[in-house]
Amino acid sequence: MNELADLYQRVIIEHNRNPRHFHRLEPCTHHATGYNPLCGDEVRVYLRVENGHVQQAAFQGESCAIATASASLLSEVLPGLPVPRARALVAEVIRLVNEGDSGDSFPGDLGVLGAVSRFPGRNKCAELPWKALEAALDNDHEASVSTE
Amino acid sequence: MSFAEPLQTAAGGLDVQAVRRQFPVLDQQVNGHPLVYLDNGATAQKPEAVIEAEARCYREYYANIHRGVHALSQRSTAAFEAVRGKVQRLLNAPQEKEIIFTRGTTEGINLVAYSYLRPKLQPGDEILITAMEHHSNIVPWQILCEQTGAKLVVIPISDAGEISLDDVEDRIGPRTRFVGVVHVSNALGTINPVKEIVELAHRQDVPVLVDGAQSVPHMPVDVQDLGCDFFVFSGHKLYGPTGTGVLWGRYELLRAMPPWHGGGDMIRSVTFEKTEFADPPARFEAGTPNIAGVIALGEAVDWFLGLGPSAVAAHEADLLGYATERLRAIPGLRLIGTARERAGLISFVMDDAHPHDIGTILDGYGIAVRAGHHCAQPVMQRYGVPATARASFGVYNTRDEIDRLAEGILKVRELFGG
Repeated sequence: MNELADLYQRVIIEHNRNPRHFHRLEPCTHHATGYNPLCGDEVRVYLRVENGHVQQAAFQGESCAIATASASLLSEVLPGLPVPRARALVAEVIRLVNEGDSGDSFPGDLGVLGAVSRFPGRNKCAELPWKALEAALDNDHEASVSTE
Repeated sequence: MSFAEPLQTAAGGLDVQAVRRQFPVLDQQVNGHPLVYLDNGATAQKPEAVIEAEARCYREYYANIHRGVHALSQRSTAAFEAVRGKVQRLLNAPQEKEIIFTRGTTEGINLVAYSYLRPKLQPGDEILITAMEHHSNIVPWQILCEQTGAKLVVIPISDAGEISLDDVEDRIGPRTRFVGVVHVSNALGTINPVKEIVELAHRQDVPVLVDGAQSVPHMPVDVQDLGCDFFVFSGHKLYGPTGTGVLWGRYELLRAMPPWHGGGDMIRSVTFEKTEFADPPARFEAGTPNIAGVIALGEAVDWFLGLGPSAVAAHEADLLGYATERLRAIPGLRLIGTARERAGLISFVMDDAHPHDIGTILDGYGIAVRAGHHCAQPVMQRYGVPATARASFGVYNTRDEIDRLAEGILKVRELFGG
């Protein structure tokens, strides 16, 4: 039960209820949609990149609390980061939600996603916006993750 | 444990506690709570008799079938072939040789698509299905349409999750070559008026396949009464092993169909110039089948017939009625699928919680439900939801477990409801 409380801790519930930057970004320089074909969730990530830095990030979509909170956190921590740092963060978050750690080294509240690592059925939900981010930076407009 | 333990109460209903004792997997804690297994629509658990039948085959008499003069092969062959008769009784099929063993419902539908229908299709021909089909009764037909220029025509569903026979009649035209219809919807629980659909189709000489994956485990099924031409189901949803299934077809249709897979066990004679194919069912069972699985499926069929499909249907109708009443009382919960005739399951969404989150939280309380699109994405699109949570019932479920489900959903509401 404590694990459930960790997963659905205040920060995640709050980001799900009031997602930050939950809108289309126009104009944007990069965008991509992440699909989870198993559950039908989708998250669209929009970026405005200038001078090699992410200036703005936003998202839209229909997804569970974990994916929504993960996308909301993404949109908070990304602005100001150089593109290579944003790319590196994708790999770090994917490791965090699969293997878990204290999360202390992550910017903002991002570390709370570490709780997802104890729910192997759900780590793809947390990954979804980050996969979409990666696809956006690659100028692919679609990314797909699977929960199985 | 005694397999001979009576499973009916004196009043003729199911003795559910006695039934539960036959399922070893149910006796466990999940996340610190007694397991409540409500994912029977995805797959059912196995009674001791089925587990034991498969193990006994391997321990005592396993060998390849249809090709050995030795004792074990003869015993395995006899046990395997005896299952056809059991399935014939289950479906009230006219003939034993109409029972073809497959890997499951999906394979049965594909077999009919490729062997029966594809050779007959011309550009502009139509295949009729409903808007509540499982992907397995959509995609094979779509592939045929792409290959042949035929067209998929879809019967719409109402807000409650029902189809209208007028819509069916309107859509069966001179170009309709085939009808594929789900008996009980896995996403909505709707029981379709299959017998009436068959009558309408047969007036135009159009054959009908019925997807019985979600009906056979929950009610009496009589293919002669339904009047259909093909009927398919999966063993694993009928308390039998995975990788087993059945295609029943009218013998005159099966007899005229070319083989689907070529290989051993489906031939009469082979030379490099010409191969003579065996008659059905062997024609459609190329290669070594799931021998021990089919034998255990026979045990599952006997076990299920022993319970009595009518008694099962009555028990599950009680659970469905009770669950509908309990869940309807929860604010912010919406049932998806409210057809007058329903069986086996209840599908729902909540205002503030996504089905995945509902599934995870219920799992935290030991309750197993399915969350997702149930391989029926067109149904989800119809109701404007990405997914639903689904509680699906089996013979061993109880009203107490429905109470646990309702309490679990209230916990979800506490967490998400604000």
